[in-house]
Amino acid sequence: MKDHFKVNTRTIVATGLGAAIFTLLFMYVKVPSPVPETSFQTAYGLSAFFATLFGPIAGALIAFIGHALSDALQYGSPWWSWVIASGVSGFIFGFAYKRTKVEEGEFKTRDIVTFNVIQAIGNVVAWVVVAPVLDILIYQEPVNLVFTQGITAAIMNTISAGVIGTLLLIAYAATRAKKGSLSKG
Amino acid sequence: MNAKMKLFSYNTADTPVHRLSGLTKLICFLLLTFAVMFSYDIRVIFAVMIFSVAILRLSQIRFSQIRAMIVYVLVFVVANAIISFFFSPEEGVKIYGSRHNIVNLYGGYKLTWEQIFYQITKFFKYFSVIPFGIIFLLTTNPSEFASSLNRIGVNYKAAFAVALTLRYFPDMQREYHDISQAQQARGLELSHKAKFADRFKNSLLILIPLIFLSLERVETISNAMDLRGFSKNDTRTWYTSRKFARADYVALAVSALITIGTVYVSVFVNHGRFYNPFV
Repeated sequence: MKDHFKVNTRTIVATGLGAAIFTLLFMYVKVPSPVPETSFQTAYGLSAFFATLFGPIAGALIAFIGHALSDALQYGSPWWSWVIASGVSGFIFGFAYKRTKVEEGEFKTRDIVTFNVIQAIGNVVAWVVVAPVLDILIYQEPVNLVFTQGITAAIMNTISAGVIGTLLLIAYAATRAKKGSLSKG
Repeated sequence: MNAKMKLFSYNTADTPVHRLSGLTKLICFLLLTFAVMFSYDIRVIFAVMIFSVAILRLSQIRFSQIRAMIVYVLVFVVANAIISFFFSPEEGVKIYGSRHNIVNLYGGYKLTWEQIFYQITKFFKYFSVIPFGIIFLLTTNPSEFASSLNRIGVNYKAAFAVALTLRYFPDMQREYHDISQAQQARGLELSHKAKFADRFKNSLLILIPLIFLSLERVETISNAMDLRGFSKNDTRTWYTSRKFARADYVALAVSALITIGTVYVSVFVNHGRFYNPFV
């Protein structure tokens, strides 16, 4: 548990570059949904992937910086309640760090289930609890509106993180050398 | 995708706003956006809005620079207004505690003056934040931004992550564009001609090279930084940080006064975040 929160230079750099890709995906690679002001965001697949490789601190900062930056570039000012919720989702995704065998070149059914349970919890906490509550506290938005948006976002981001995150992790595992893959000739 | 879009299309004009230190601008931005976010008093919001437009003029930002942003926000605010009404047509009545009907609409929806007043207030509230964001983005040197974050108390490692994001975003944009063109040259269909599932799969074929290239870069950059002794100490200095001048203190004082004024009006005049003209 202790090394979940260890931050070294590699974590910082991964955070910086991850947030840059997150911003890019958040702004350009999304599919609009029928519920207003929400869309199918591929960026959460990326933040789940990076969080699994680099831990909760990297995950939280990637989503927080990336979301704040893309909001600022598009709208002039970040929508703080959702930016914070993004950070929370990235943080919780990070608990998949070292719980799967992806660094050892294996990402099989068990790891896929672990990863997806964690990312689903992260999305539900962030979008059904944190985002609507902050929307009401900060912006005093109508209650049933923010919960409808929150539940939609939770469902879509869970799909996004589930599909894209899982595929990226499988691809990543394939690039790692498997444990015990060397044999004496 | 617009490959020419520049991040923080920062222009080096010499105006009083540009001359302020990045730290001042960051604090003023946070204070003033807090003020507008906090208040639901349309008088306060109008006052702050006039102030922000005046600063926008002072910093010599041309309309052409911010047109796209304005359109985005307009779409967002209008959509927000429409769905707010459909989800919660009685929000105004609930807030102001009175009811002045105008007309009964189709399907049991009633249009009330309270709802109109609430939605107009909200419209201007969201709109008035934008000039501050624009001023901040367009007049702050990106490399000064990280040092400012550090000086308001953000850990320098997190501030450095932000600096790296700003540094590498244009690179990522260019790479994404290159990979996408290369894949399309090999026959990958990304336009509306392809089916949704195919388009989804094809966009993943751009994503994967981009991400794996970046993971390699993470190793290179972090090795380079480690070799230069990054994160050996608890604090660091910044090449781009500026000393405070008198104008910085003036700007901070003005922003602080506006924020305190907003809170004062809410607490002592309106006795709440809302201004109620209906009593």
